[in-house]
Amino acid sequence: MPASKAIATENSAPIIWVQGINKTYASGFQALNNINLEIKRGEIFALLGPNGAGKTTLISIICGIVNSTSGIVIADGYDTVRDYRTVRATIGLVPQELHTDSFESVWATVKFSRGLFGKAPNAPYLEKVLRDLSLWDKRNVKIKELSGGMKRRVLIAKALAHEPTILFLDEPSAGVDVELRHDMWRMVRELRAKGTTIILTTHYIEEAEDMADRIGVINKGELIVVEDKNVLMRKLGKKRLTLTLRQSLASIPAALIGWNLTLADDGSTLIYTFDTQEEETGIAELLRTLSEHHIEFKDLRSTESSLEDIFVSLVHQPKGNAS
Amino acid sequence: MNIYGIRAIYHFEMARTFRTLWESIAAPVLTTSLYFIVFGKAIGSRMGEIDSVSYGAFIIPGLVMLNLLNESISNASFGIYMPRWAGTIYELLSAPVSWIEVLIGYVGAAATKSVMLGILILGTARIFVPYEIAHPWWMVAFLLLTAVTFSLFGFIIGLWADNFQKLQVVPMLVVTPLTFLGGAFYSINMLPPLWQKITLFNPVVYLISGFRWSFYGIADVNVAMSIGMTFGFLTLCLIFVWWVFKTGYKIRN
Repeated sequence: MPASKAIATENSAPIIWVQGINKTYASGFQALNNINLEIKRGEIFALLGPNGAGKTTLISIICGIVNSTSGIVIADGYDTVRDYRTVRATIGLVPQELHTDSFESVWATVKFSRGLFGKAPNAPYLEKVLRDLSLWDKRNVKIKELSGGMKRRVLIAKALAHEPTILFLDEPSAGVDVELRHDMWRMVRELRAKGTTIILTTHYIEEAEDMADRIGVINKGELIVVEDKNVLMRKLGKKRLTLTLRQSLASIPAALIGWNLTLADDGSTLIYTFDTQEEETGIAELLRTLSEHHIEFKDLRSTESSLEDIFVSLVHQPKGNAS
Repeated sequence: MNIYGIRAIYHFEMARTFRTLWESIAAPVLTTSLYFIVFGKAIGSRMGEIDSVSYGAFIIPGLVMLNLLNESISNASFGIYMPRWAGTIYELLSAPVSWIEVLIGYVGAAATKSVMLGILILGTARIFVPYEIAHPWWMVAFLLLTAVTFSLFGFIIGLWADNFQKLQVVPMLVVTPLTFLGGAFYSINMLPPLWQKITLFNPVVYLISGFRWSFYGIADVNVAMSIGMTFGFLTLCLIFVWWVFKTGYKIRN
């Protein structure tokens, strides 16, 4: 590795450093606006955002598929444009769309990918990748004869063929069955355990909640939050106490105005929303107040915001409010 | 140099060629055979010799060149357009390969196929017309140089085209007419003086003339000029492809 070109390669340094990336397409559409992002070595980073938010454009710029309008990306200490050869050899990409060479066999296409990325042939390694993805039995089958889920597996195998240390998974679970999703996430965990850094985008936010170490939310080309998943859920998460009343209420009684309450199910359910960050939840006082006003309930349960709730609130809140 | 990358692209493209070997070979060989039957035998037998060469033999270099140009352009343009169309180009763009390595892989495979076809057509011609090659090494050199240059030109068309129609436009509307008017079937000395001058603006004239010289030692234009013009066109194509990869025109934007 030529040390003169490496900018920062210590283990503590981010493996990917995105600085001031902007992308405006020829049509004038600004897909990315001043993106600054650091991906830690060995983490699973989930990039979330609605359709058209700029996730794929950002990934494409890091991988070298799309030119940025301005800004720089450093991957593993190397500039992705100037030192593209060093950088790209370390990156694997599973694209969102099922782009495959229909007339090639599974074996031929993974062999092609390994060679294209500058690696010497290694049949035992490729066999292992195919076996891990349950593709070994299909190695001589033409890709056009495979199902959508199997094609997705082929794309993953192609991305892993050159043993990358950084893996981008752009909507890897879109359109695949539960079995493959489980297989895939098991493999992602194994890769992470071996030190591979994984950046994924997904529409299945529960997957991000389950898998990711850190979350980034991008909306309309701007990165609105980047946070450790647990911190994000603690900071932005809400809890709800749901009370099923014995007798329905027509409206919230005057004595309870001021509490963060909503009435649901034709007045038979009272919902109290409170902040997980507050020292006092106020539950005991609320229950006491209800009792004083003879409002009886037959059931109560507490629920916490999911990452999906947080994501929805983030992308729908006015610009500049994320923190 | 990413040798494994070049090999991967070259083998991938050659595998595509061998998958469609029958279609790739049958049509040009059949068409060429028809040319020899019609122009070489039926019409050629009633025509006099040109520069002491029988008409049937005279058209061989032109016919080989006609196929070589069309096949080189078609192979290379299709080779790079298909991944663009199918979306698989993402892998090429994200791979650690330089533009020159991409070119060696794609253009090398396209030129290999064209040269194979050119040799096959020469063999087919032998069935219909007896001929000899005066300068065999120069013949091979012209064959290779033309195949590489026009494969490079085809590669550019494949980068430029947005649809399959555009892919066909340049070979159909530009290259074929230029080849027919480039002396494939006649010596440009047979043209009226004004057209002899105009036809010198046709780059294919130089290719056919040089190639024919390697067979029979006769040429419409100076051989050095033929080689110079071909290298000039090759250089122009290289500069354009370098610019495309540098700016990302149509592929990274």
